[in-house]
Amino acid sequence: MRGPLLRKVGAYAFAIVFILAGWWVTAWLVNSPALPTPGATFGVLAANLPALVPYFLTSTGRVVASLALGTVLAVPLAQVCARSRRLDGLFAPVLYILYPIPKVVLLPILLVLLGLGDAPKIVLVTLTVFFQVLVAVRDAVRAVPEGAVLSARALGASRWGIYRSVTVPATLPAVFTSLRIGVGTAIAVLFIAEAMAGSTGLGYFIMQSWSMVNYPRMFAGIVALAVLGLVLYGIFDAAERRLTRWRS
Amino acid sequence: MQQKGAQVAFRHTGLVYNRDGQAVRACADVDFTVPAGCSAAVIGPSGCGKSSLLLMAAGLLEPTDGEVLVNGRPLTGPRRETAFIPQDLGLFPWKTVLQNAMAGLRFHGMPKAAAAQRAREALESVGLEGFERAYPKDLSGGMRQRLALARGLAIDADLLLMDEPLSAIDALLREDLQDMLLDFWRRSARTQVLVTHSIEEAVYLGQVIVVFSDRPATVACCLDNPRVGTPDWRDSDGFAAQCRAVREALARAVDR
Ligand SMILES: Nc1ncnc2c1ncn2[C@@H]1O[C@H](COP(=O)(O)OP(=O)(O)OP(=O)(O)O)[C@@H](O)[C@H]1O
Ligand SMILES: [Mg+2]
Repeated sequence: MRGPLLRKVGAYAFAIVFILAGWWVTAWLVNSPALPTPGATFGVLAANLPALVPYFLTSTGRVVASLALGTVLAVPLAQVCARSRRLDGLFAPVLYILYPIPKVVLLPILLVLLGLGDAPKIVLVTLTVFFQVLVAVRDAVRAVPEGAVLSARALGASRWGIYRSVTVPATLPAVFTSLRIGVGTAIAVLFIAEAMAGSTGLGYFIMQSWSMVNYPRMFAGIVALAVLGLVLYGIFDAAERRLTRWRS
Repeated sequence: MQQKGAQVAFRHTGLVYNRDGQAVRACADVDFTVPAGCSAAVIGPSGCGKSSLLLMAAGLLEPTDGEVLVNGRPLTGPRRETAFIPQDLGLFPWKTVLQNAMAGLRFHGMPKAAAAQRAREALESVGLEGFERAYPKDLSGGMRQRLALARGLAIDADLLLMDEPLSAIDALLREDLQDMLLDFWRRSARTQVLVTHSIEEAVYLGQVIVVFSDRPATVACCLDNPRVGTPDWRDSDGFAAQCRAVREALARAVDR
């Protein structure tokens, strides 16, 4: 038990050293206030933290709300569609056409319709998350072994019982996998939305600092956005691991 | 424990699948009865429609012709007292061994504590005590097989339907599990229908051996096999002779 754990900690320590070294060398070569060295970053962060916090909280709230909303809408639809040939026949072509569209191009329309506040950003990121989760869960439900469904029915499971005991637990890991993979895109889309319109959120904070030529402030915003992505990624990764202990 | 096994009767049972608008006849005019408490082995060429027949007996698939009667009543859906073990065992990999064994009782609405108690007893009787908290992935093939059986024991089934349950198991262990199935059947009043493609397995476990023709499956012949369960049956001359008889019947059924 100790061997693998130590090796894992070692691997992560190495990765961190590797990244910091790469960062340091790049910063040293670039030699610009837009890219401080790792050593200087703490000072930059500390100096800009009070200004940063409200923007950070706004962005966090938007991402979390969108991830939750997208998941809550996508999972039941995917579950029901994948189990019903008729519904799936209806929705599959719709999904096929809409899925590849980069949802971010809808931003201008949403800005016209919903203004400059939270609504257009949350709707846009929710749309992005929704399609990713929908497709992943639909595929996962279809991959559930037919024998498990048959034996549940034979054991007396109702339609609801099949969802609760078979297709939902079997596909829960896929929900978190798709969220983990989708969180990067979600944050990227949020950044674009915040940078383009309104005066709230980290996207705005970063681009405003850029236009003020306050590079340390800009960099502090970038680090904050990176941390947000990393933390969410870690949470989904942990949830996924916990929920897949039954897998080989 | 159930006092009486169930009687299963196929009455001119036929099944036509509809695959992308094309009709696939899986079973045609199947007509035979498995008496209460009997152990029947169903054997036939691969792809002939054996699994489909078992699905109908489990109430999971409605015949398109004729009917399936259990204890004289036409099936309208799965019965509470029927245990069905599909070809891939149908275990829930995301549930623990105990939760798998409890599943049927929980679907029937039994409270958790009582269901766990019954499931523990079932697990113990198949030799899986101590594995309650393991997941199916942690079990060997034979243990998974026994877990599938424990599910049926937990619901106190009077009818056990098995679809090639031992096909994924190596030869030596297979004989052990066959002995276990035989033992469980003899100690209970349960009726048992076993689909298999192994002639030896059919002769070792089936009091009646139902030989099916090529697709669409229909009964080619029923062979009585009264010495099932007698001591040293597997090693006797009668066993070898009976295997030969089944092999010939199968060959005739395919030739037709
Ligand atoms: N859901 C389905 N839809 C359409 N056709 C099906 C379906 N299930 C089975 N079939 C077809 O019906 C026929 C009988 O299938 P079945 O699985 O009952 O045979 P089997 O005797 O159990 O085969 P095996 O020996 O391979 O287990 C096959 O030709 C199969 O392709
Ligand atoms: Mg089959």
